[in-house]
Amino acid sequence: MASSLQQVISVTAMNIRSIPSRLGTSFVIVIGIAGVVGVMVALLSMAKGFELTLASTGRADRAIIMRGGSNDELSSVLVREQAQVVLDAPSVAKGADGKPLAIGELFMITDVAKRGATTPNNVVVRGTTTRVFELRPEAKIVEGRMFTPGLREVVAGRSAQRQFAGLNIGDKVDVRDGPWTVVGVFDSKGDVHESEIWVDVDALMTASRRGAYNTVTAQLTSADAFQGFKDALTSDPRVTIQAQREPEYYASRSETLNKMITVLGYSVAVIMGIGALFGALNTMYAAVATRSVEIATLRAIGFGNGPVVISVILESLVLATAGGILGGALAYVFFNGYTVSTLNMQTFSQVAFQFRVTPDLLWKGVIWACSIGLIGGLFPSIRAARLPIVDALRSS
Amino acid sequence: MKYFPLIWAALGRRKPRTILTGLSIAIAFLLYGMLNAVNIAFNYGAEMSGVDRLVTTGRYSITQILPYGHAHQIRSLPGVSSVAASDWFGGYYQDQRNFFPQFAVEQEEYLGMYPEIVLPEQEKQAFFSTRTGTIVAKTLADRYHWKVGDKIPMQAGIWPLKGGSNVWTFDLVGIFDTANPKDRGQYEMMLIRHDFFDEARQFGTGTAGWYVTKLKNPSAAGTLAKLIDNTFANSPNETRTDTEKAFNQSFMKQLGDIGLIISSILGAVFFTLLFLTGNTMMQSVRERIPELAVLKTLGYTDFLVLALVLGEALLLTLISAVLGLTMATLVLPWLASQLPGLSGLTITLPTIYGALGIAVLLSFVVGLPPALRAMRLNIVDALMGH
Repeated sequence: MASSLQQVISVTAMNIRSIPSRLGTSFVIVIGIAGVVGVMVALLSMAKGFELTLASTGRADRAIIMRGGSNDELSSVLVREQAQVVLDAPSVAKGADGKPLAIGELFMITDVAKRGATTPNNVVVRGTTTRVFELRPEAKIVEGRMFTPGLREVVAGRSAQRQFAGLNIGDKVDVRDGPWTVVGVFDSKGDVHESEIWVDVDALMTASRRGAYNTVTAQLTSADAFQGFKDALTSDPRVTIQAQREPEYYASRSETLNKMITVLGYSVAVIMGIGALFGALNTMYAAVATRSVEIATLRAIGFGNGPVVISVILESLVLATAGGILGGALAYVFFNGYTVSTLNMQTFSQVAFQFRVTPDLLWKGVIWACSIGLIGGLFPSIRAARLPIVDALRSS
Repeated sequence: MKYFPLIWAALGRRKPRTILTGLSIAIAFLLYGMLNAVNIAFNYGAEMSGVDRLVTTGRYSITQILPYGHAHQIRSLPGVSSVAASDWFGGYYQDQRNFFPQFAVEQEEYLGMYPEIVLPEQEKQAFFSTRTGTIVAKTLADRYHWKVGDKIPMQAGIWPLKGGSNVWTFDLVGIFDTANPKDRGQYEMMLIRHDFFDEARQFGTGTAGWYVTKLKNPSAAGTLAKLIDNTFANSPNETRTDTEKAFNQSFMKQLGDIGLIISSILGAVFFTLLFLTGNTMMQSVRERIPELAVLKTLGYTDFLVLALVLGEALLLTLISAVLGLTMATLVLPWLASQLPGLSGLTITLPTIYGALGIAVLLSFVVGLPPALRAMRLNIVDALMGH
């Protein structure tokens, strides 16, 4: 046993030391696999970033209340009496002013152009109140000031301000019934609200001539109080409303796009992987062919088939892993943190998010690379082991 | 042509290597074919939509609702042929994941202005005479196994019925297809009647989401769009009017640059491939240096040797490209069934020309360095080297 291990180590070391003399062909494996892993990790990091942006929105001890049967904030309508039922529900925490900490909000869409473009994009206008920073303590004004209640003033999320044109302080933006003035910029730790613009709910109701809210967001006394809160609302005969924990609601809004990018990412990765596998096979067959004399010599002096097979596979694995790491590194350098904005069909609104090359994606890339390397080394290694010693030695 | 057997024999010299190289090139063209089809399908709808139709939405967003009175006012403008009020129903069948668009439209006006949508006359008449009727695209009917006569329960996402129920039941009276199969993705939808929808919904009665206007003369689109918007300027319900084409294009742009993402992937694929095949080609020529020297000794000119090596690369990439596109053609129907809204995935003629162009370019890039080397071979050195 110990001697086969020694054989494996010495043959593999010899193979790997000889890689520099076959640099060109060895690079085929490294570059081929780096390409596959790079594309796969880049695409998956896009899906990941989108998922994380939505999943990081909200807290387990806050609930979002919508009309029963509506899929999202935009399609929900809650009249004031329904909103009042929510405010009066048990387990809603009290704010600093002693009143229930829950805000009835408007959720509308307005057209804003992206920077450097002119076509309209669906940007969320959230009608809220100045208590929003008590309800969502993760949000804070980082530039300018908060809007004044009753006035047609806007505070823009930091992501929205970066992605879209005309959302700097002092700019005018069309919200409803004419232009409104941007007076501040808020940060909410990169969650989905940062892609929104916030205005005063009463000013927006007047401008849009609406009398009902879309949703109510409530701070509960604790995360555990949610079930009781939900049961109290759903059993109330006066209203048909549904309550969801905020993180559950927002996470569910990423499913469609996420699935689409993930399917695309894996399909491309599998197909490219097959292409790279052919390249790896080619290289390893060539590697075995050019070294047939050496391999035959080793076997003639008593090295077993096992160590020869393993050493070829190991060489392929080392090259593939190098390719996997290179591909992952390239994806990280070029894409990590890259910000884009797209239309989330599930909320019909623009969401800005960053590509996130996470350790688990890099790990997946390396696993993928090793699988290609393993198969790419397996068949050539079997050929190496089966090479008739005498013929191989004569061929020189 | 007489050199073809020689080139063919060179490819067959190491069959496993040729086959593996060919397959990895074919894989690249498979991806090229698939991704191109997806890209075209995304942009096709926008490019093909009518320039003789205008879409009028609320000034600030398509999500605003407009009073129904707007329809009458637009109809009375000069140059207008017909107007169809439309609404986004926004429901789902059985499960939220079963997504497809459902529109409430003024049936006769709408079908009149969309000759792309075809269905048997008797089904069309049934739609006109059944208030609770619905017609659906053939691709949807196939997916959910619906047939004419079925009652289809739809969960409302936005519009509850009067009384608060979210379940609307429609009678399937017709199944339509598109005049051109390529349009299937764009019209993969369910149509219900606006009059019934407007009367049965709990709120919003007397409004529409947007208006589609058919023009008598397409060249008047710009002027008429301005005229419509001016008609409602400074009213409580201002509008934004665009041609359907511009409207669809700006909607596609909201998704971000899909074309850029797809060409980046293809760029990475072909760069990787260049490396794989280029290397194999070099190796293959290196191994054959003595043989090439023999050819030169027999009187083959430098240029002919160059052409032979290049021809070998060209033949291999072309065969692989054709193989890859053939595989793509076989895979696309499956892919289309997986991606709702992209039912029209096909390999188009420009895609084929593009593939052939790339194949020729690729064969030159990977074939030229070894071919030049073969051309410059000094016979004596080459023969002595081995």
